[in-house]
Amino acid sequence: MNEPVITLEDVSFRYEEHAVLLDINLTVHAQEFLGIVGPNGSGKSTLLKIMLGLLTPQKGQVRIFGVPPVEARLRVGYVPQFITFDRNFPINVQETVLQGRLGKTRLVGGYRREDHRIARQALEEVELGDLGKRPLTALSGGQLQRVLIARALACQPEVLILDEPTAHIDPKIEEGVFDLLKRLNQRLTVLVVSHDIGFITRYITRVACLNRTLVCHATSELTGSMIEQLYGGPLRAVHHDTLLHTH
Amino acid sequence: MLSTFLEALISQPFMQHALIGGLLASIACGVAGSYVVVRRIGYIAGGIAHAVLGGMGLAYFLGRSPVGGAICAALVAALIIGLVSIRWKKQEDTTISALWAVGMALGVLLIARSPGYNVDLMSYLFGNILMISREHLWLIFWLDMGIVLLVILFFKQLLAVSFDEEFAELRQVSVNIFSLLLLCLVALTVVILIQVVGLILVIALLALPAAIAGHYVQSLSRMMLIATLLGGLFITGGLAVSYQYDLPSGATTVLLTGLAYLVSSVGISVWRRWQLGRSGRK
Repeated sequence: MNEPVITLEDVSFRYEEHAVLLDINLTVHAQEFLGIVGPNGSGKSTLLKIMLGLLTPQKGQVRIFGVPPVEARLRVGYVPQFITFDRNFPINVQETVLQGRLGKTRLVGGYRREDHRIARQALEEVELGDLGKRPLTALSGGQLQRVLIARALACQPEVLILDEPTAHIDPKIEEGVFDLLKRLNQRLTVLVVSHDIGFITRYITRVACLNRTLVCHATSELTGSMIEQLYGGPLRAVHHDTLLHTH
Repeated sequence: MLSTFLEALISQPFMQHALIGGLLASIACGVAGSYVVVRRIGYIAGGIAHAVLGGMGLAYFLGRSPVGGAICAALVAALIIGLVSIRWKKQEDTTISALWAVGMALGVLLIARSPGYNVDLMSYLFGNILMISREHLWLIFWLDMGIVLLVILFFKQLLAVSFDEEFAELRQVSVNIFSLLLLCLVALTVVILIQVVGLILVIALLALPAAIAGHYVQSLSRMMLIATLLGGLFITGGLAVSYQYDLPSGATTVLLTGLAYLVSSVGISVWRRWQLGRSGRK
């Protein structure tokens, strides 16, 4: 059997007295397209940071490709929320995408020719092949999102993790981004974190609902009442009859 | 006016030293200044600059070279601020304030208690480019070389850390090491620029030429190049004007730089508004 891409076992995380994540169990297999959804403050970003090894949970075990997240970093492509960027930073598209090569390229001096080739390929894959020299300030929201996806692809990852990839861009472009992810999913495992559940269900194979605790559903069995329960009140815990840890 | 300045330049070695020193200083100013602007660490640079007086005072008190004391104090201040910001991010602001004022106070006390004739405190505080000696020129040259070499070797890491620290960390870049390296480069630049405009006015030459460059270019390396050229222009201009009218050179240079920043900022915003209005009418 294939080694799972991501496994979380009984992971709990608290900021001081406040429990953010409670006994999270999750297994993500190769080639899956998993969506983690939940309202604001449900612990989505915390869960993401734990998977990336930026935070360590107080309890439980996290494994990426069977090793701790920090050791698996070079096999993971991460796409942060673009809204956090300083849009005035003097940098162009190519220089941004090349950053995906860090960790694999040489330590001293510039990037190698090979890195430039891989970065160009990544840009072509997100259909921005001719924008390499364009400064980041001159990009639309949708284009910037694609540039950040290209940067993650330049890592030549086996799994792609995206934080709210469609927040702050208009729905038409949003659809394009998910079509792109669907295409990438043919060769990569894709994990998307989003508060926007409506759109996501058309694309993904499995959805994990997070509100301090995590419950998985196949997208086909996701019903309106579940969504209502999840988003009903930010302080109410979500109760499900059965906990599905496998699929 | 220009002719008097040129005559002095040809006939007076101290003017030649001042000009060469100013032009050499503009290299570090453009390179490190660009990082100060894009990382928004002007306050850190200010803290380092003021803390330097403590080191200069101590060196002076012990009868050592003030420049040596300045280099040590600048690096120590940079490392303290850097480590505090890595370990206790919330205390960063307070740490800078403390180093800023305590460094100054220590320097003033030590200089007051130093044996021998009284040092010209004003030239530490506000700079005196006309006092740059041949040894200072070599020192500035070697510091420049060190700064430029490190930036060339690690340009991609420094860019990545400045642009997106979290992503850089995920790509196994030693974010802490490179953040500290960056602060050390800024610290050495501060020492160089103190020779030119003094420690109180340093921040203007660090931030403003690069900020002006940022109005016109969208690449860090070009920003460094333009900021270097602008820095050289302002320092030379400041030297010429101050010589002609017998004004303090550091203050003249900084006023010139500030004026250029003001003109550029207003100009660029008017131009952008005009562009916006034009595209709106279409």
